[in-house]
Amino acid sequence: MAYVSIADKDHEQHMHDPQSFITKYIWSQDHKVIAIQYALVAIFVGLIAMGLSVMMRLQLGFPEWATFITPEEYYQYVTMHGMIMVIYLLTALFLGGFGNYLIPLQLGARDMVFPYMNMLSFWVYLLSVIVLLISFFIPDGPTGAGWTLYPPQAISEGTPGDGGGIVFMLASLSLFIVAFTMGGLNYVTTVLQARTRGMTLMRMPLSIWGIFVATILGLLAFPALLVAAIMMLLDRVIGTSFFMPAMLTLGETSEFSGGSPILFQHLFWFFGHPEVYIVALPAFGMVSDVLATHARKNIFGYRMMVWAIVGIGALSFVVWAHHMYVSGMNPYFGFFFATTTLIIAVPTALKVYNWVLTLWKGDLRLTVPMLFAIGFIFTFTHGGLTGLFLGNVTVDLPLSDTYFVVGHFHMVMGVSPVLVLFAAIYHWYPKITGRMFNNTLGTIHFWFTLLGTYAIYLPMHYIGFLGVPRRYYANGTMDIVDESVQLQNAGMSVAAIIVALTQLIFLFNMIWSLKYGKKAPGNPWGGTTLEWQTPQTPAAHGNWGENLPEVHRWAYDFSVPGAEKDFTPQNEPASDGVPVGRDHGVNH
Amino acid sequence: MNITLLFVALAAAIILWFFVIRRLRAKPWTTEGILERNNITSLPAEKVGLWAFLAVVTSLFSLFFIMYAERSGYPDWRPLPDPSILWVNTFFLIMASICYQLSRNLLNSKNYKYMKISLYLGGIFTIFFILGQISAWQMAYSSGFFFATNPANTFFYLITGLHGLHILGGLFVWIKTALKVWNGLEYNNLNQIAGIRLSIQLCSFYWHYLLLLWLVLFYLLSTT
Repeated sequence: MAYVSIADKDHEQHMHDPQSFITKYIWSQDHKVIAIQYALVAIFVGLIAMGLSVMMRLQLGFPEWATFITPEEYYQYVTMHGMIMVIYLLTALFLGGFGNYLIPLQLGARDMVFPYMNMLSFWVYLLSVIVLLISFFIPDGPTGAGWTLYPPQAISEGTPGDGGGIVFMLASLSLFIVAFTMGGLNYVTTVLQARTRGMTLMRMPLSIWGIFVATILGLLAFPALLVAAIMMLLDRVIGTSFFMPAMLTLGETSEFSGGSPILFQHLFWFFGHPEVYIVALPAFGMVSDVLATHARKNIFGYRMMVWAIVGIGALSFVVWAHHMYVSGMNPYFGFFFATTTLIIAVPTALKVYNWVLTLWKGDLRLTVPMLFAIGFIFTFTHGGLTGLFLGNVTVDLPLSDTYFVVGHFHMVMGVSPVLVLFAAIYHWYPKITGRMFNNTLGTIHFWFTLLGTYAIYLPMHYIGFLGVPRRYYANGTMDIVDESVQLQNAGMSVAAIIVALTQLIFLFNMIWSLKYGKKAPGNPWGGTTLEWQTPQTPAAHGNWGENLPEVHRWAYDFSVPGAEKDFTPQNEPASDGVPVGRDHGVNH
Repeated sequence: MNITLLFVALAAAIILWFFVIRRLRAKPWTTEGILERNNITSLPAEKVGLWAFLAVVTSLFSLFFIMYAERSGYPDWRPLPDPSILWVNTFFLIMASICYQLSRNLLNSKNYKYMKISLYLGGIFTIFFILGQISAWQMAYSSGFFFATNPANTFFYLITGLHGLHILGGLFVWIKTALKVWNGLEYNNLNQIAGIRLSIQLCSFYWHYLLLLWLVLFYLLSTT
């Protein structure tokens, strides 16, 4: 794949402006257009997944009323909601969307180093989404095996979607991984090779650090999912026995024998846990930039933040089996994985402290992106703390497969990254579109979303403690489940519907402002990073006009004592006008 | 488990390298107003991209090897007798690798005539390798080792197939390069020569990597 790039060289050197509508907006090789394409597709599937979650909540909250949802459909909603949200929305939007948009702009590059491959990456991603969505329209519908797709369940007869759904799911995942790899190679190479003069690694904004390390994680972790998907596909289609043990199904002996379902779990979580950080690290980075900009203060402990991102990335590869405590394992392994899991809390907590200390005595501007960023600190701390419970084997065993787990991971890797996504969309919207969004609508969106998500997920922890199992279509009249749980469930469902409707306000705001929003200035928030210093807003093809910017300082020169303005852009030379260190430039 | 540990150690080494080489200890807030060196290597982006790609391929195949080692310990594992043709194929792949390296060296010493020949030979040996692999599959299949009858068979077809796919990807680039060379080089056109040189460098690096991968794979196949 890397070879395609040689053919791209001409394009990179000449930088012809694309002329026709098709080369400009459809088959575009411009990173900004590809970013928007990625983002629009991701948001579109995200809305579908949100719709599915509303259906699930209708069933859980009002089981007597929602008779139109069958148990099979419920499991299909659960599966598709999980998979779409984690892979096709969060991964694609953070890396394909913001990665594509921010890397060249914040590093002072004209584009990605392999623009053709970048374009291919988007189209393969779109193909993977289409393949996934096709499974909604085949006779027995999408797979209902749960988003973890554990065999033997996933491909055994009787599981919803065992006919075609699971095949489409595995094919779609494989395509997604190909698309991600093409994009990921681009992001890594661009960060390493295409930084402008003066942009050292330690001068990169934290957004880039987060995206960079997350991409490395993705490149090393997604192969595990690919291996698992290929092997499961063979089990399903050709009848091999990688993961399938000998079974007695519906009174008959299956054709399988000797496979190991646990092997699949290891593969899946070897991908699955880094995946959490593939989503979280870009969020950490972007929220740092939003907080520093709107608090008019340099980020507290920049170096620590970078080390923490790298450290979390490394540790994330040695914690995967904490998802498998109840699958059974050697107690020493359990001890090992519990320890590594708890160690990850150290760099993570460090980041939370640094965000709070960045806010401390800052000149806080409670703009919409800032509100979402502060909201993130709350939800992330909350989700992180419940993670400490689940990281301990002994506490995890009783809590596993209860709603406590659902509450925990939705708080930490559902709500928190999504709040950052909103912060980021509002923060960069003026640069991306050239228009300001409506502030009032944005503020309403924030408060309903934040309070609403707490109304959904806080009670989940509580009913989880009571022992309410997750993944059940209906609780019925189990002795262990108190009657009051149903009331809680109904309340959570109402909150979920309100939060879902609130997102329509967001959509309306984004679309309406495109046309009727105030024209945005080039640097509305007083940002220091390079993307705010482009000659045009939105940035034109090639980003920088004639000359590339030169970087003279780090990304967080806010409120520097003695300076005229409360921010100094990265490309501003020393104040005495003497260009210092010009001879130290590089032959790039 | 040993292979897992090796993998973890490798990851740790990379991170350590990152810390040491990349000077993550700089204090960026102390250098305001200075245009620092950005420490970008002068390597072409394609090379860095290829390395990153090979890291992904390494991850992919390491996981397959771990799965292979793990699954081969189960009692129902019935290994294939190693077709002796695999030795011949190994020879072809080694020859291909040598030819690419030769072609690279000959280009550097401006010996264009032999450079071309060895470049063509590299591709031809690779095609022999692919044909050899296909006949190895046929032999295994005709002696009753079907794809799904035993996990050992499945792994054999799957891993050699994936390796073959990577070789085919390389051959695609070889065809593009060889066509350019076939159509005639202008030896004074420095840009063109530099482009060919880069292509050949990348090809030979990729082939050496795939040879190494094959040797590991061959070892695994013949020891279990």
